[in-house]
Amino acid sequence: MPALYPRKTPSARRERESYTQCVITLAWPPQAADHTDPPGVAVTIPRTPNLVIRLESLGVRLVDRRRGDRRWVLHGLDVTVPRGCVYGLIGPGAAGKSVLLKALAGLLPIEEGVVAVEEVNVAAASALELEQLRRRLGMAFQNNALFDHLTVAENIAFPLRRLFTPTEDEVREKIAERLACVTLPGFEGRMPPGLSGGQKKRVAFARATITKPPILLLDEPAAGLDPVTSQRLFDLIRKDVKASGATCVVVSSDLDRLLPICDRVGVLVHGELLFDGTVEDAKRSSDARVYQFVNGLPDGPL
Amino acid sequence: MAHSDSPSLVRRLGAGTVETAATIGAMLALLGRILARATPKRFDRRELVRHLEFMAIESLPIVIVTALFTGAIVVIQATPVVQRFGAEGLLGWGAGFGVLREIGPLLTALMISGRVGANNTADLGTMVVTEQVDGLRALAIDPLEYLVVPRFFGLVTTLTLMTVFSDLLALFGAAIAGQALIGLSMHGFYNGIAGGLIQFKDVAHGLIKSVAFGLIVALSSCHFGLATSGGAPGVGRSVKASVVTSAAGIFALDYFLSFVVP
Repeated sequence: MPALYPRKTPSARRERESYTQCVITLAWPPQAADHTDPPGVAVTIPRTPNLVIRLESLGVRLVDRRRGDRRWVLHGLDVTVPRGCVYGLIGPGAAGKSVLLKALAGLLPIEEGVVAVEEVNVAAASALELEQLRRRLGMAFQNNALFDHLTVAENIAFPLRRLFTPTEDEVREKIAERLACVTLPGFEGRMPPGLSGGQKKRVAFARATITKPPILLLDEPAAGLDPVTSQRLFDLIRKDVKASGATCVVVSSDLDRLLPICDRVGVLVHGELLFDGTVEDAKRSSDARVYQFVNGLPDGPL
Repeated sequence: MAHSDSPSLVRRLGAGTVETAATIGAMLALLGRILARATPKRFDRRELVRHLEFMAIESLPIVIVTALFTGAIVVIQATPVVQRFGAEGLLGWGAGFGVLREIGPLLTALMISGRVGANNTADLGTMVVTEQVDGLRALAIDPLEYLVVPRFFGLVTTLTLMTVFSDLLALFGAAIAGQALIGLSMHGFYNGIAGGLIQFKDVAHGLIKSVAFGLIVALSSCHFGLATSGGAPGVGRSVKASVVTSAAGIFALDYFLSFVVP
């Protein structure tokens, strides 16, 4: 029987909001096998039990600093990600892959379409709904986003301490377990600016997974790593995700290591999704751009 | 070609006015959002203490040096005049009046703006461009609550406390300079301050100004830090904008407060 940590008491204002709008119960560790919705969660779109992520005609526009206007970075995207799936998002540079991950986490304004994550429409969700959804997300950023003023241990434990109320022994145990997982034992007291690029990537992954979130969003988790460490990290992602039953969206340019761990793959080019299906189908795609990119061919339309 | 230049000048003036108004509006909106998050339950005391340590304790050396020299300089400038009129006994009053009401709060604010405000903007700006702020949001943590509220209150508190400290040191520096230059005893200098010409309202005048300056520096540094974009060069641009806005805001506010506050 896993120990249940009480959730941190929300502020009085949030308590009022939660009583009037929605009530969500968070327990630690999350129940990986339990795929039923928590009682009272705000459902703003029709329920689709086996789909964790559903995008319909998604459009995102961002400011282009060079041109001084707003341009569509993503447009007309339709994607579905089933529960427990490892979804590889690939494509050439500046295709909008990182933007899509941020849109899934509700970090960007969405102008068009539906972004449904765990039945919450991120595009139209209230601040409270977004906050509740983000408690169920683990995210590793392209730039790692490690907090420079905190040690490695404090960085990894940050979501655990802020979102739950575990004892210090439990925190230490979880930190040691995550650091062992990413082969960085003994790094607890180090500061992020003193770490190599690869070490930062692994710490970022450890932080994203310490609460065992049901949804993982990983942006270039192995960029800049040597082949051995990169392979170990992808093996770890596969093992961790399978063990926890989480749904995972991974953006990576390292196709040789990413594709073998993916259940499905999406190919994004210039903000448009050219392909959404299995890895095998992607490798045999009739679309010349998809075929060229997935097979890593130097000659072609891209 | 004055004819062809004038529309451009008007357009630039208009754009500058709109930009200034937008910045002031954004800073006021930020103030509202900060105050809405300033309830005790949502206050991160650990972060506040960490910022107070950096902002206040590590600023002490520069404040000490500035304050001591400021007091001494006031006396050096005033000495020929008081000697000409034989009013050496008023040296304490003159130094005290100038330091407590004007020079102490103003120079301390400029020092804290340069040291703490600029660092605050650079810190927040770096966190924005390296996705640390997005990282907080992705962890369901409000960046304003975690990053901005402790910095805001830390900076306002620091500036107010530093002004009190700076005032005392400046008067001490002035007393030493008075003794060295015209042989005015410490007791004589103190009598000039405490003899009735300087009242509590003069001390309060300076403290009210220091709180207002603290608000300007804190809001400006947090606003420009959070509005950073464009990588490392963007951080540099934000720091410059923050320091310039703080300095301009401090002087403008000083002018108005000098009229309004008795």
